[in-house]
Amino acid sequence: MRKPPEINTGSMADISFLLLTFFLLTSSINTDKGIFRKLPPPADPTVKPADIKDRNIFTVLINKNDRLLVEGKPTDITMLRQQAKEFLSNPADNPELPEKKLEAIAMLGEYLVSKGVISIQNDRGTSYNMYIKVQNELTAAINELRDELAMNKFNRKFDELTDPDLINAVQKAIPISISEAEPVDIGGQQ
Amino acid sequence: MARFKSKKSGGVPAINTGSMSDIIFMFLFFFMVITTIRENTLIVRVKVPTATELQKLEKKSLVSYIYVGLPTKKELAGSGTRIQLNDQYASVNNIGDFIALERQSRDEADRRKLTTSLKVDLDTKMGIVADIKQELRKYNALLISYSTRKANEGKLFSGQ
Repeated sequence: MRKPPEINTGSMADISFLLLTFFLLTSSINTDKGIFRKLPPPADPTVKPADIKDRNIFTVLINKNDRLLVEGKPTDITMLRQQAKEFLSNPADNPELPEKKLEAIAMLGEYLVSKGVISIQNDRGTSYNMYIKVQNELTAAINELRDELAMNKFNRKFDELTDPDLINAVQKAIPISISEAEPVDIGGQQ
Repeated sequence: MARFKSKKSGGVPAINTGSMSDIIFMFLFFFMVITTIRENTLIVRVKVPTATELQKLEKKSLVSYIYVGLPTKKELAGSGTRIQLNDQYASVNNIGDFIALERQSRDEADRRKLTTSLKVDLDTKMGIVADIKQELRKYNALLISYSTRKANEGKLFSGQ
């Protein structure tokens, strides 16, 4: 009896390869990235906010035209990072810049932690783009300070540290001290 | 005797490639299963701003998304900025319910780590973002992430 002819399946692999590459290219493993923040817990109306000395506050105001007012002076955003770094580190112990408090931190020993707080206030008409840029600059200032500290003490950049104890220590030494005031409505919303 | 000579003349026998396609199909299914298709179809136009100091969202299952932007279909939803929760337009007052639902669908142990990713269009005014943040504070959803794209260091300020 004659055998029926076999179908050639050699090209099957090619077809499935084609499908595979198609799916590989079209499906993006979309990783979501962003700037992380922790919001303060709901305000308790019975508790009065703590008084902070004037020298410990770095005020950043953004108006509805996306202009910046930093510590009472109009400033360009390109200068913000440098100013924030100087404020938070206060290298020359300038009496105008924030105080420091000696704290014992595990893995670091005694470290002078700045009491400085960055305060952002924006208008309801401020654009989100500008707000993110300001947040980005302030985060960059903190990250650079953390990098410098980690480089000094552990000989590595902050984001290259793997030991959670070390990461914790640096985070404690240079906290993200950014506070946001409720936005004002001067410019009007549109 | 030459008549009975075998027809096969030496050479390497061909490798059977029939099962090759099965292997490739297995690959294919593997990739189809692990890649996640975007869970929400966007009904607002969102172009997130760029930044340099980014952190990755670690656990995708612990993230809930809030989209804010102009509606894609102006004739249906008007020309003002709108909030999108899940698949529909919502107002600021709906955020509380949304957060409660998102919490309920997670394990009890993970609920504290639930992060809200704000995907906000860069032309949005801060007023609506501030309202959302106040609402999130009220319902104790304190971990947030402003979703951004990676910017090249030199190009960050060129848009001004």
